[in-house]
Amino acid sequence: MNRKDSLFKRVITAPYTVWMAIFVVVPIALVVYYALTDADGHFSAANITAIVDYGRTFRISIELALVSTAICLVMAYPLAYAIARMKARRQGTMIMLVMLPMWMNFLIRTYAWIAILADKGLINSFFQLLNPDFPGFKMIGTRGAVVLGMVYNFLPYMILPIYTVLTKIEQSTIEAAQDLGANRAQVFRRVLLPMSVPGIISGVTMVFVPAVSTFVISKLLGAGKTYLIGDIIENFFLGNTGTVNYNIGASLSLVLMLMILISMAVMNHFDKDESAGGML
Amino acid sequence: MEKNRIIELQNISIALGGEQILKDLNLYINDKEFITLLGPSGCGKTTTLRIIAGFLAPDAGKVFFSGRDVTDVPPHKRQVNTIFQRYALFPHLNVYENIAFGLRVQKIKEPEIRATVTEMLALVNLKGFEKRNINSLSGGQQQRVAIARALAVKPRVLLLDEPLGALDLKLRKDMQVELKNIQQRLGITFVYVTHDQEEALSMSDTIVVMDGGVIQQVGTPIDIYNEPKNAFVADFIGESNILDGVMRDDLVAEFAGRRFDCLDKGFGKDEPVDVVIRPEDVDVVSVEKGMVCGDVTSVTFKGVHFEIIVDVDGFKWMIQTTDYVAPDARIGLYIEPDAIHIMKKSKYSGLYGDYSTFSDEIEMLSDVTYEKEGGEDEP
Repeated sequence: MNRKDSLFKRVITAPYTVWMAIFVVVPIALVVYYALTDADGHFSAANITAIVDYGRTFRISIELALVSTAICLVMAYPLAYAIARMKARRQGTMIMLVMLPMWMNFLIRTYAWIAILADKGLINSFFQLLNPDFPGFKMIGTRGAVVLGMVYNFLPYMILPIYTVLTKIEQSTIEAAQDLGANRAQVFRRVLLPMSVPGIISGVTMVFVPAVSTFVISKLLGAGKTYLIGDIIENFFLGNTGTVNYNIGASLSLVLMLMILISMAVMNHFDKDESAGGML
Repeated sequence: MEKNRIIELQNISIALGGEQILKDLNLYINDKEFITLLGPSGCGKTTTLRIIAGFLAPDAGKVFFSGRDVTDVPPHKRQVNTIFQRYALFPHLNVYENIAFGLRVQKIKEPEIRATVTEMLALVNLKGFEKRNINSLSGGQQQRVAIARALAVKPRVLLLDEPLGALDLKLRKDMQVELKNIQQRLGITFVYVTHDQEEALSMSDTIVVMDGGVIQQVGTPIDIYNEPKNAFVADFIGESNILDGVMRDDLVAEFAGRRFDCLDKGFGKDEPVDVVIRPEDVDVVSVEKGMVCGDVTSVTFKGVHFEIIVDVDGFKWMIQTTDYVAPDARIGLYIEPDAIHIMKKSKYSGLYGDYSTFSDEIEMLSDVTYEKEGGEDEP
C-alpha cells in the first residue's frame, strides 16, 4: 500500500520535477556557466571583476528600490490597517480595489503613466491650459518618475501581506493591551507593529526584489536616462547598445541574484527573532 | 468585609446591533468581594463586564468607580483589569514579557519589573517559565499567564470573562479553588462572569443572576439557592420542582391537590404563586405516611444518591434520595414546611414544567450549546 502510494506520488509529481529542472535549474546553471567563462567557453573570472565598473549602477538600483520600498511601506501600512478595521463586506470591496490594477497588463499600466507624465502629457497639458506660457514639468526621464512607477506597480504587494497579518490579530489582543494601560500609540508600538512584522517582511521582500531588478519601468519612465542594473543586463543579452555579451550579463545577474538571496536571508532571520518573542 | 462600594452601575442601557442587551440595569459591587454575574448566554453578563472595563460605552446610564464617574474614561485609564475568555495573550512576547507588559507601559524600572514578574509567576505556580513561548503552553498554563499579567499591574478590580470555559473539567475545578485563593490572598475585587451555576455557587460571595438583560436576583449563593425570587432563578440554579400553587393563608399553601404548612407569609389571600421544592428536600416514605403519593417512573444511580422521577397525578417530580426505590413502585412523599419555598408569579411562571421530558441526555445537549454560545455573547 505504502509503496503504491509513493509510486503514485512520484508519478504525479514527475512533470513538475521535470518542469522545475528545465525552467529553473538549467537556467540558473547556465547563468553560472556564462558568468564564469569567457567568450570561448574557457573558465574566467574576468566577468566577475568587470562588475566593479557597474558599481554606480548597482548603487542607484539599490537606492531607488529602497526608496520605493520605503514609500510603499509608509503608504501601505495605514491603508492596510484601515481596511483591516472595516466591516467584512467593505473589506472585500477595498481589497478588490487594491487588486484591480493587477488584472491589467503591467506594460499597459506603465505606458499609461507615460501618457500622464510626458512633456506634453496629461499633467503638463492641464497646467498649460491654465497658463499658456507655462514651460512644463520635466518628469519623464527623472528618477522620481522611476520611483513613482515602482511604487505604483508594486504597492499592492505591500498592502496585501500586511492586511493579512493585521486581520489575524484578534480584537481581544488589542483590548488586552488597552486594559493593561496602553494608550493608542503604545498599543501600536508594542502590539500591532511587532505582531505585523511577518507581513511587513514579506511585503518588503515582494516589493524590493522586483524593484531592484526591474528594467521595464526604468526604460519607459526613465526614458533610458536612468539606467538600472536590470537595464544593463538586458542590454548585454539583447545587444541594445551594440554589443551582445552573455558572459558579463550573466555575471551581473548572478551578483544581483546573490544580493537578493542574502537580503532575503537577513530579513527572514530578523522575522524569526521577532516571532520567537525575544524582546529581552 | 468592608462594605464600601467600589463599582456602581446606574440605569445602564445598551443596544448592540439593533438588539437591546441591557435594560436599565442597576448594580453595585462592594470592595474586596467575589461577585459573579450568572446567566445563560445572551443574558447580557459579558456586556455588563465590558461596560465596567470600558470597552463598551452604555447608551444611557453611568458607571462609577470609587464614587467617581468613569463613564467616559477609556479602558487604559481605568483601575480594572480583565481576564479574557480566550486569554488574549501577546503571541509575539514570551511569558516574562507578557506579564511585564502592563509594567513596561507604565515605564517602571527594570529591577522592579523583574521582582513583580517573579512574584506573579510564583503566585500562579509558573516559576521557571519566564523564557517560554506563549504558543508552547497548555490552556491551563496560558490561563495562569493571563491571570499573572492582569494582577501584575495591581488592579483594584479584576474582571473575569468565563475564564475557565476552555479548560477541561478537572483543571477547571483546580483553577476554581486557585482563583478563590488568589482573590482572598490579594484582597481585591473579582467580578466573574459565567454560565456555570455550580462554579458560581462554589466561588462567589455574591451572585447576580441575569436573564434577558435584566437582573433577576442578587444575593449570597445560599440565598439564591434557598430563596429564589422567581421560576427562572429556581430553574437555572440547581434542580427544582416548580408547581402551581395558591396561598390560602399565611403559612398555608395549596398545591398538588392539598394544603401544606410552610414558612412563607405576606402574600395576599388566595394569591396564585409558584412553589419550589428542591429534589433533595423531599423525603421518600411509605404510601400511608406520604403527604402525596406517586409512581416511580425512573431511577438513576448518581453515585452519592439516586435520582428518581415520581409521577404524582400527572406531574413528574424529581427527587434525590439515598435509599434505593424500585422502578414502578408506589411511594409516598413527605415535605417539611421549611422545604417549601413560595415565589410570586412572574413572566417566567409556567415556562418550566415538570420533569416529564427530563433526561440526562437532554441536559448534556443543552450544556453543549451553552459551551458553544458562551463566546458569542457579544456581536
